[in-house]
Amino acid sequence: MIKFNNVTKIYPRDTVVLQDISFEIKEGEFVSIVGKSGAGKSTLVHLILGLEVPTSGEVYFKDVNLNNANSSQIQEIRRKIGVIHQDYKLLPQKTVYENVAYIMQVEGRENKEIAVEVPKVLEVIGLENKINNFPNQLSGGEQQRLAIARAFVNNPDIIIADEPTGNLDPYNSYEVILLLQKINKAGKTVILATHDREIINKLGKRVVTIENGKILRDEAEGRFII
Amino acid sequence: MFTNFNRVVKFAFNDFSRNKGISVAAIFVLAVTIMLVTSLFFFQGIAGYLTSKIQDKIDITAYFKDGTQEQDILNVKAEILKISPNIKSVEYVSKDQALAYFNKVHKDNAVLSQALQEVGDNPFLPSLNITTNGDPSQYAEVATILQTSDFSNLIDSVDFSQKKDIIEKVYSIISNVNTFGLILGIVLIFVAILVVFNTIKLAIENSKEEISTMKIVGASNWFIRGPFVIQGIIYGIIAFLICFLISGISAYFLSPQISPVLPGFDIFSYFLTNWWIFVLIQLGFGAGVGIISSFIVVRKYLEV
Repeated sequence: MIKFNNVTKIYPRDTVVLQDISFEIKEGEFVSIVGKSGAGKSTLVHLILGLEVPTSGEVYFKDVNLNNANSSQIQEIRRKIGVIHQDYKLLPQKTVYENVAYIMQVEGRENKEIAVEVPKVLEVIGLENKINNFPNQLSGGEQQRLAIARAFVNNPDIIIADEPTGNLDPYNSYEVILLLQKINKAGKTVILATHDREIINKLGKRVVTIENGKILRDEAEGRFII
Repeated sequence: MFTNFNRVVKFAFNDFSRNKGISVAAIFVLAVTIMLVTSLFFFQGIAGYLTSKIQDKIDITAYFKDGTQEQDILNVKAEILKISPNIKSVEYVSKDQALAYFNKVHKDNAVLSQALQEVGDNPFLPSLNITTNGDPSQYAEVATILQTSDFSNLIDSVDFSQKKDIIEKVYSIISNVNTFGLILGIVLIFVAILVVFNTIKLAIENSKEEISTMKIVGASNWFIRGPFVIQGIIYGIIAFLICFLISGISAYFLSPQISPVLPGFDIFSYFLTNWWIFVLIQLGFGAGVGIISSFIVVRKYLEV
């Protein structure tokens, strides 16, 4: 489904973030990408979303080489990916309800469908009483849950979670991971980028460990070892 | 397609009402700009009126010798019209008409009436009043006709040569004022557009993060850009309504003040007869600048 082929990413002033990375993620897999802060996890996510272009090498999403994809192909791909960003990337001028609805509107879904789906999702994540609040009126944890609701609402083929538990207490973190596991069981691909040792060790799924821009380990039932 | 358009319009109205401060600022700047363009148009109307008044006043009068046959004078008139068809008017004033006109104008002036009685006979000469379109070259043309030998023996005097310098001076002032007005207008409009552009840029700058997030979740460029462009239209329409009301009301109240200074020019009726031009200029300018500014600014942030 996603394939990295000898990908190197160098930022200006010769900062090498990823160095000759090659790996593949198959449909339905649950893959954790672990590494210290600054190891290149977020860059990896950005490359999959086509937000950045590799300095050399190729990134494929379902046989589409993102290096050569045109803007409508990129838009199409982004709609198929539900992303929970580290900094949430909520729409500050839209309410909780509108933030979630926007994702469905981008897809061109019908108003009726949106009116049914959005309250359901908001109920699942416990924000049903805050539908008219704006993101800046929510706590950090609530904002993170909203970001999660937004990532799930479109029933995407793949969920990428970039530090989804960063601002959550252990109980809520556990809830999020359970949710991700549930989604994975339903056949969706999940990519989890985190530096939370406990979560990784509990999961018992594939772990790709990145250090200094290189893949240190890629194990089918990995643990967090750095 | 229709659903998307509806959504874009709804987003635009939501954003507009949620950012009241910015919306008011953008409308205010746009309204000031439109008023500037409008006042230039009013100025052009007044200048045009003044020019035509001045040009009407500077005419040529050819006085014929006493005893010249009316038919001969009418021949000269026909000849002038034949050679110079663009001439505005050529009016024959007979001896009697000149006297009657004099009496009418000076009927309250006892001294002049008495002086005329002392002369006894009708001292006025028949004449042709020639009004050109104000172009000095036409004066030269008419002068040449009058000076040809066929007519010169009929003519007593032409008051063209005395007026020639003034005519040329006025003409050059008018053309300078027009050129200066045009250049000043263009510069002012350019500055105004820059100010509006920067205000809208500031308004959209606020949504920079939002635009990039919309791109990340896969929204198409038009889905992102649409609400901003429509907000530009809303700014333009509201600014237009404000300006149209202000121009109408101020033309109505200024009219009595301006009429004594410019007799025959009613600024309110000028507004009423040209109202559709005002609508076109104000709405076109307001919405046009609003749309183009939004379009350009969002385009910059869409490059994610």
